[in-house]
Amino acid sequence: MKFMLMMNAPSGNGDWGISKWSPEDLKAHIGFMKTFTGGLAASGELVGAEGLAMPAQAKLVRAGKDRRPITDGVFPESKEFLAGYWIVDVDTPERAYQIAAEASAAPGKAGVPLNMPIEVREVMSAPPVEV
Amino acid sequence: MTYESEFTHENLLRELTPQVLGAVTRRFGDFGAAEDAVQEALLAAALQWPKEGLPENPRGWLIQVAARRITDHLRSENARRRRETIAADYSIGSIFGTVGSAAENEPDDTLVLLFMCCHPSLTASSAVALTLRAVGGLTTAEIARAFLVPESTMAQRISRAKQTIKTSGVPFSMPTRDERAERLITVLHVLYLIFNEGYTSSFGKSLQRMELSNEAIRLGRALRQLLPDEAEVAGLLALMLLTDARRPARSGSDGELIPLDKQDRALWDQGAIKEGVALITATLSKGSIGPYQLQAAIAAVHDEATTSDETDWPQILALYGLLKRMSDNPMVALNHAIAAGMVHGPRTGLDLLKKLDEDERLAGHYRIAAVRAHLLERAGDLDAAVEHYRAAAERTTSIPERDYLLTQAARLSRTRFRGP
Repeated sequence: MKFMLMMNAPSGNGDWGISKWSPEDLKAHIGFMKTFTGGLAASGELVGAEGLAMPAQAKLVRAGKDRRPITDGVFPESKEFLAGYWIVDVDTPERAYQIAAEASAAPGKAGVPLNMPIEVREVMSAPPVEV
Repeated sequence: MTYESEFTHENLLRELTPQVLGAVTRRFGDFGAAEDAVQEALLAAALQWPKEGLPENPRGWLIQVAARRITDHLRSENARRRRETIAADYSIGSIFGTVGSAAENEPDDTLVLLFMCCHPSLTASSAVALTLRAVGGLTTAEIARAFLVPESTMAQRISRAKQTIKTSGVPFSMPTRDERAERLITVLHVLYLIFNEGYTSSFGKSLQRMELSNEAIRLGRALRQLLPDEAEVAGLLALMLLTDARRPARSGSDGELIPLDKQDRALWDQGAIKEGVALITATLSKGSIGPYQLQAAIAAVHDEATTSDETDWPQILALYGLLKRMSDNPMVALNHAIAAGMVHGPRTGLDLLKKLDEDERLAGHYRIAAVRAHLLERAGDLDAAVEHYRAAAERTTSIPERDYLLTQAARLSRTRFRGP
């Protein structure tokens, strides 16, 4: 079963205040994410992962009457934003939660675990065998 | 090279894969190395045979090429070690000594291999992947495509599985008599998982995925040839045939889900039904009944009904009763409630569901809401039925199923609005 693990970072331009971290803290955080995702690839569980650009340039797009895009944004005040995601293929939901907890504990300032909220959602699939 | 010859070569290669891999593993004792060498030999065969024609003894040819690859590999490994350490005590001679000495014909090799790939130390997904590659002879790319994961992910999964087997130190031999029954359960489970993955993934016409269910049926046939007296092996094969027979009728032209009672039974594969029914009938008469045989018997009752109304529900209810006594699976209890609802009326089914509400394993499962909705509809309580159809739609993780459930809710709401 596949799950999407969505890493939510709080506050508009807050991004955990990441821009104000010391270079060592930043390096430790990036290093953790690389090792973590590398570990998922090595265990044969990683389907995909992407980090998203900061929300400062995010736009909301709708089609107008002529089907041309109408954009809206930027949203500096939004409380939470999607910072990145992983899609994993695992045997049980419990395994997905375990992976999410590992990601949540990524190191922040002075190496203190961030304990970020990770939203875990199952990816839709085909219907099961009927009996 | 004609398409036909290419096709036959491919079939032959897949047939021979487990035999060759079994023989090479038996000789060299290193499953991981043997697996790599056999993959190389298969590739060589796929390139050479169509051009140069089939060798006289294809199996011997493959074993020889794989053995050569593995000795080459060991030799270079040996040279490397000699360079690195002076005290290299690895003797190529001892390996060459064993090559060719083992009997060419080891019919049990495929079986030993299957037991090895379905080893209890592996997770279900690893066992599935390894079985498809080592016993099924599929390429890593094909397996990755079937499970909709990147090829590198599947390669890692297979390589980790091989490593797990290596470190667990299982010898390449049949499990002991005490272990065998338990290990056979794992093997059957892995084959059924492969089947289910294929059966569900081949849903709808737009999905171009390798037919894993056909592969599971092929492996089931091979296993039955090796263990003709195991009733549950026959039971599983019959179950797969009888379920697969209904596949063409399962989805409509827009990829929508069509439930059993609405399927066009003319689309069912009568050949598969005939084979499955004959197999399960012969097996059941021998005694020693197990859960796969019972599920096959239930599938047979469905498949033999020419119309949905002619379904022999009392018999299905009796079979689910037996199955319920044999297994503690809440899904069995749920299906038993459906059958009871068909025989004794929807109120009986709903009463049985109440008991199931207390089962934590089913708590919040969409199936219980979906079954309750069906029963409520039949009992005439349409408002409650709509509510439960919607609840089920919110919980299912399958898109066609969600659409089906939402459609049911919408249909009933409209009936309510327009009146009877």
